[in-house]
Amino acid sequence: MEAWSQFVQLLFSGLTVGSIYALVALGFVITYSVTGILNLAQGDFAMLGALFCVTLVNDGVPFVLAIGLSIVAVMAIGALFERLAIQPARRSPVAVLIIITIGASFVFRGIALLVWGTNPYALRPFTGHGALEAFGAVIQWQSVWAIILSLASFAALHLFFHRTYIGKAVAACVINPFAARLMGIDIRKMSLGAIAASAGLGALAGIVIAPISGASYDMGMMIGLKAFIAAVVGGLTNAPAAIAGAFLVGLLESFAEGYLSSGYKEAISFGLLLLVLFFMPNGLFAKMTGKRV
Amino acid sequence: MEHGQRMTDGRKRWLWLAGAVVWLGLPWLVFGNNYVLSTLVLIGLYALVGTGMTLLMGYAGQISLGQAAFYGMGAYTSAYLTAHAGWPAWLALVAGAALAALVALVVGIPVFRLREHYLALATLGFGVIMFTFFKEWKGITGGLNGFFGIPPIRIAGIPLQSDWQFYYLVSSFVLAGGWFARNVVRSRVGRALRAIHGSEVAASSLGVNITKYKLQIFILSAVYASVAGSLYAHYVTFINPDLFGIIPSIYFLIMVIIGGTASVWGGLVGAAVYVCLGEWLKAVVPLLLPNAGGEFEIVFFGLLLVIMLIYMPNGLTGVAPQGLRRCWKTSWRQSERATAVDSHKARSIGGEQG
Repeated sequence: MEAWSQFVQLLFSGLTVGSIYALVALGFVITYSVTGILNLAQGDFAMLGALFCVTLVNDGVPFVLAIGLSIVAVMAIGALFERLAIQPARRSPVAVLIIITIGASFVFRGIALLVWGTNPYALRPFTGHGALEAFGAVIQWQSVWAIILSLASFAALHLFFHRTYIGKAVAACVINPFAARLMGIDIRKMSLGAIAASAGLGALAGIVIAPISGASYDMGMMIGLKAFIAAVVGGLTNAPAAIAGAFLVGLLESFAEGYLSSGYKEAISFGLLLLVLFFMPNGLFAKMTGKRV
Repeated sequence: MEHGQRMTDGRKRWLWLAGAVVWLGLPWLVFGNNYVLSTLVLIGLYALVGTGMTLLMGYAGQISLGQAAFYGMGAYTSAYLTAHAGWPAWLALVAGAALAALVALVVGIPVFRLREHYLALATLGFGVIMFTFFKEWKGITGGLNGFFGIPPIRIAGIPLQSDWQFYYLVSSFVLAGGWFARNVVRSRVGRALRAIHGSEVAASSLGVNITKYKLQIFILSAVYASVAGSLYAHYVTFINPDLFGIIPSIYFLIMVIIGGTASVWGGLVGAAVYVCLGEWLKAVVPLLLPNAGGEFEIVFFGLLLVIMLIYMPNGLTGVAPQGLRRCWKTSWRQSERATAVDSHKARSIGGEQG
């Protein structure tokens, strides 16, 4: 019974972390699909979202409003980042663009350090401190929120891409940017929108995780890197696969932490990254196609 | 290189002499100031890592986001073998370099089949995994508490402990490393690497074994980083895993970008600018923002990185020749005219431009 309840506990903590990775990974897949850029600053959007939200809530802004405002603020920062750092370097080689996003990540991290300092902040859970008891395990309501919100975001994005005009335009840019331009779709606007949307998703992820693990200026890097692993495991341009990858990484980490050693969990998830890169560079869920590697 | 071609032999000789005097006399020029000397040692150590990375990034066009792992491998190998196994420091340094080369070979074979995004991610993953080992393999590395009491390095039985001794040691390594890199670049290997940088497909269809050359240069850059790490361990006698994580890897990347990849000395230029700017920021920023703490300087380096990549993607060594030429023009207008003709001639008959 003891072993069973531990298993359920680890399962839920894995699903919680996985859903955070899924939100960030979704943003990452959107950016990569539309612009072809591997945005290593993606995790820092989560950090900014969490810290904005904490500040607003502590200033007495109603919770829901604070969440909305933080997401909008981070989207604006994402848009600014696209205009100032990505757009001027559009024609640079891939390596240069990657390094630019690393630089941007440093800037975000540093600004957060100057504004909020090095201390971690706490955010209260969305719906009280209560917990759910199931199968002998204690599950925080916040974990349930995390899982629900990530699945809801995925559903919303799915509807957006398949049911709205703008969504279809974005999808067209992904499939063939040149043809999309001939059809009168402004690719620059799409790139701006994609990065802003990714920033918003990242911010939501940060806000959801803040009540569980706190918010601090250096939380972005690891969330971002784990989300990349998830996206790579899923194949970089495939949103459902990226979400599956995110849950896989979350569960793997949670079980590694519970049954093996907490220190080595990072090595295990990055080991997974290397294995996937070496043996299945198109992702675990890719069908065999003749397309680019 | 062009700038060098234009100089007469006599002037070149004077420049060499002046350079040698400055190099040897520097500890006296700064009156043995230990702060300046230790800054110079740090520049030298980073320059060594930077030179290897310049070869990898600038000449072979391959990105590495995990170079600090090799730096750490050298440092920990030296630390462990000298402190716990009683090896002489030089032998430990060689052992560290051999280990780094071996790891680079084993990791490099699968990694360099990847390109662009995937290569960046794989090297990043490698860096994180190595960092985890430095942190968790407590029996060897001492874990997060760090590794204390690394014995000094000895030359002819004399332990090198003061800053000026280390200045000479490290700068000799930097000069030797730069000289070796320069020869690599000018050799067949260097030409092959530039061909790979230009177009992997073209290089490969001309019979260049691209995987072999990429792997060789990756191993070489790992050896440079490892040697620098060993020297660092003996210099500060205390190391901890935070020095060898992902953030330091990215600082090495920043140095290479600042220095630029137009010359093998880009690593040295970048390291010098990085260290001096870092020291300056640490002195100035707390005056303006009294609450600033931690690694606040990353804002400035992040901005610098973005701005340089957008407006000056070839780095300082990429733009310096133009700037120098401009200065040259104003002060040596007469001779400029004559030599310009010479170099034009040289170029038109196919003179090589390094």
